[in-house]
Amino acid sequence: MVESTLSKIDPAAFGLAVSLRGVTKVYDNGVTALGPLDLDVVRGEFVSLLGPSGCGKSTALRLIAGLAAPSAGTVSVSHRTGEARAGHAIGFVFQEPTLMPWTSVRENVRLPLKLAHAPAAEADARVGEALAQVGLTEFADAYPRELSGGMKMRVSLARALVTNPDILLMDEPFAALDEITRFRLNNDLLALWRSLNMTVIFVTHSVFESVYLSQRVIVMTSRPGRLSAEFRIETPEPRVEDFRMSAGYAGYCREVSKALAPSYAGLAGA
Amino acid sequence: MTSPQNLFRLLLPVIVLVAGIAVWEFVVRIYDIQPYVLPGPLAVFQTLVSDWPVLSQSLGVTLLTTLEGFLAAAAGGVALALLFNQSKWLEYSLFPYAVILQVTPVIAIAPLLLIYLQQQTAVIVCAWIVAFFPVLSNTTLGLNSVDRNLAGLFQLYGASRLQTLRYLKLPAALPFILGGLRIAGGLSLIGAVVAEIAAGTAGAGSGLAFRIAESGYRLNIPRMFAALLLLSLAGIVIYGLLALISHLVLRRWHESALGKEN
Repeated sequence: MVESTLSKIDPAAFGLAVSLRGVTKVYDNGVTALGPLDLDVVRGEFVSLLGPSGCGKSTALRLIAGLAAPSAGTVSVSHRTGEARAGHAIGFVFQEPTLMPWTSVRENVRLPLKLAHAPAAEADARVGEALAQVGLTEFADAYPRELSGGMKMRVSLARALVTNPDILLMDEPFAALDEITRFRLNNDLLALWRSLNMTVIFVTHSVFESVYLSQRVIVMTSRPGRLSAEFRIETPEPRVEDFRMSAGYAGYCREVSKALAPSYAGLAGA
Repeated sequence: MTSPQNLFRLLLPVIVLVAGIAVWEFVVRIYDIQPYVLPGPLAVFQTLVSDWPVLSQSLGVTLLTTLEGFLAAAAGGVALALLFNQSKWLEYSLFPYAVILQVTPVIAIAPLLLIYLQQQTAVIVCAWIVAFFPVLSNTTLGLNSVDRNLAGLFQLYGASRLQTLRYLKLPAALPFILGGLRIAGGLSLIGAVVAEIAAGTAGAGSGLAFRIAESGYRLNIPRMFAALLLLSLAGIVIYGLLALISHLVLRRWHESALGKEN
């Protein structure tokens, strides 16, 4: 589905990982959830889509993943070429850990490779690597129910990383976690992004999280979801916990919050 | 599990059983009730021992029928559910008839079956008719209860239909299937008994229900009770076995099999 539109634009030529042009999504019940939306994400970028619940940001993510088809417009995704890979070039982390409760952490992480019929030895190595990346090596044989919420999310992240994806799509992955756990996972995610050279598109409704994580924050309006503002967050890399306490961070948060406020204006109970 | 309260909970039904048997025996003795009217529990037990060669053989026959009916129901129910899950048209075409088979009392179908089928076959078919529906409907429910996001994940990673079935739908449906099997176990015993009764003494069967019917005609009431007792025990054992299997299969991950302290 996604590949078929590749030839038209060839975002790879511009160093783009993802490119949306005039994308809309109208649901069967006639509600326009999204768009028209234009969005370019440069290879290796960390972008956050920020907006109120129901503003179509998750829909945008599902369109990029190819889990849904746009009603109009084109979705182009370019993959790094010339690299042997078992499995898939896109990793997806859902709002919930979305683990299979009937099998171990190891088998959960192995799933994308199993579905791609990857050779067992290679799969074992990749699973071990992914578990190490999220710090869960010791819990490989545990079952999901034996883990805390944060650890389950780490398993989910390891599963997304196991195919060594170009593009990591994350749909409010840490929304349900307590603050300390979320901070820790934020830092770990940043470290992984830096070391793995991935493109990350991160959907969230938290101003603080989006500013802390991203190079670029895209603010969306709701019903239908459209871009309303864009911020570049420029700080010396690497970002560490100190950034959270800095005046620069607070300044960005204030600006982004101001830009986000109108998105909530029309929403009941906001 | 070993706290005094739990022990008490386990003991309660045993106490009720013992008390009930005692009252029964007591009433039979006080009023001097004849065994062909109401045998006391002791007489029933004596009959069970003395008639064991006959009764045990009948028990074997009924258990075998039940097992065959159960296996057919399990295989048929799961297979039908899988077919329905793969093809909506098939489901729309056939599901109403599965419901009709289920809601028509089997005791009314049994005599017809006995006309067209050999008795042994008819009995198994009866057991199958009663037992397959809970397996079918539970399996269908289970296959449709797959987590939406997990299904999306399988789609994202390009899983084939077979892979989705094997790695996602069947494991997700397993608790439901096992629940269906637990019901089907008891029902296939009922189905077998109903068909044996319907076949009556005219039939060539020798199952426990046939023994009950036969003993009734001969006013051998203690033997009726003894056979009934065996049927009841068989039902309990079947249920217990299936519950145990279900527990062993699910104990590592499913809420139903986890201890309350979790």
